[in-house]
Amino acid sequence: MNKEGLGSSREIVLPGDLLDSGGRMKAGSGTYVQDGRVYAAQVGIKSVKSNFVNVIPLGGRYIPSPGDSVIGKVVDIGPSNWLVDINSPYPAPLHVNEVPWRVDFGDTARFMNVGDTLLAKILMVDETKRVQVTMKEQGLRKLQGGQVVEISYSKVPRVIGKGGSMIQMIKNMTNTRIFVGQNGRIWLDGDIENIVFAIRAIKMIEENAQTMRLTERVKEYLESVCKPAPAEGSESR
Amino acid sequence: MQARTGRGFGIKVMTMGGNSNVKLISDDGIRVDGRKVDELRPIRIEAGVLKRADGSAYVEFGKNKVLAAVYGPRECHPRHMQNPAKAIIQCKYNMIAFSVNDRKRPGPDRRSVEISKIISEAFEYVVFTENFPRTSIDVYIEVLQANAGTRCAGLTAASVALADAGIPMKDLVPAVAVGKVNDQVVLDLQKEEDNFGQADLPIAIIPRTGEVLLLQMDGHMTRAEFDQAIEMGVGACKRIYDLQKDALARRYSVEKSEEDQLEEAPAETQEG
Repeated sequence: MNKEGLGSSREIVLPGDLLDSGGRMKAGSGTYVQDGRVYAAQVGIKSVKSNFVNVIPLGGRYIPSPGDSVIGKVVDIGPSNWLVDINSPYPAPLHVNEVPWRVDFGDTARFMNVGDTLLAKILMVDETKRVQVTMKEQGLRKLQGGQVVEISYSKVPRVIGKGGSMIQMIKNMTNTRIFVGQNGRIWLDGDIENIVFAIRAIKMIEENAQTMRLTERVKEYLESVCKPAPAEGSESR
Repeated sequence: MQARTGRGFGIKVMTMGGNSNVKLISDDGIRVDGRKVDELRPIRIEAGVLKRADGSAYVEFGKNKVLAAVYGPRECHPRHMQNPAKAIIQCKYNMIAFSVNDRKRPGPDRRSVEISKIISEAFEYVVFTENFPRTSIDVYIEVLQANAGTRCAGLTAASVALADAGIPMKDLVPAVAVGKVNDQVVLDLQKEEDNFGQADLPIAIIPRTGEVLLLQMDGHMTRAEFDQAIEMGVGACKRIYDLQKDALARRYSVEKSEEDQLEEAPAETQEG
């Protein structure tokens, strides 16, 4: 099928690069079609999956899509809704019907106020990119304490790692609680020193997202700083 | 460039603009700065030079030095300017006070408003603005040093910065100016040629399709000269296009060693 095969699944492409000339493959995300040919629309890595050519972006802004878990910040409150900043070009209203509490009209500020951080899920996005978020699901809640760091949303998959391996390692070795939002916000809670180490590890992943053996290097770093092992004795040492 | 400069030109720079009897091209077809008529100035393009902007680029066209930064797509302010169907591109071209010999009075003027407008419009055709309704993409072009052809250098830089910001677009946009000096069509005018030449014709194209995104003309040319100028400009744009691609490739080359997991991570964010 794949004519220009060249094992090219990890090729860097730039806007306007030809991805498929023969109409063999369908245009996936980050691509566009002109005169029956598929071209890259943005800087990214070419990937072919089940007859679709996609460009996995290397940068850009987070654009919400339904089902994403995100970390939001309340920026405004209304009598029956909160306005949540989800680190995207679009603000996301959270309606009182979409929170796990019973909120009387005009009583929104008692539950969450401007500046609060919360874990939410994108409920829906319409074609003009009007977003709605929900907290009515297992595990979604207001985040108390802890810290939030921001990274580029395109680096989120690397921070999580294959099957959650990377984030699991950071959690175990620094003994912190971590949430990674799809919008590039990461919430961490635990011992302040360990949080600092975890943030450094995350920044390291973000800066070196495109390099090999990253998991081992992050592990080396964490081993070097987390000498006084957490008393709970995680087996990862 | 080597010591070819200034040899036997006898420049009499005293007239104020317009055409004059200044000899800008020697009899053997060498220009004031030692270039041939169809030669570009040395071009340098660097992508991702600013850390705080979403995307950025630095471009040198000979003595022109231009910095471009891109923010967005982001929420559009003022609100009445937002378009429910697509993103708007707001470009701001600015010449820094020290970019020219006499201090340039800071702030927008007739010329920079015009250039901002035409560059925005050029990009609205290449960027997939319909992907980001109600937002604005802000492009800032700062001319640090000017030596003619800054709108082309600015457009070239802004296009690399847009790509660097991860904004989806049809293609990169190269731009170059062609002009007429001493009755000859010459490529990529520099300051003296621009000031004392007979015509200036900046052009920006989509290299793959040859579509024209920007075309202005100041001065006079015959139809034959115009056709020749377009041909020369399109050819040069393709060379600049290669440099743009090269700059982006260098910026992201570390990422070539990319090996393991970049596949879609599990959507749920597990608690520790």
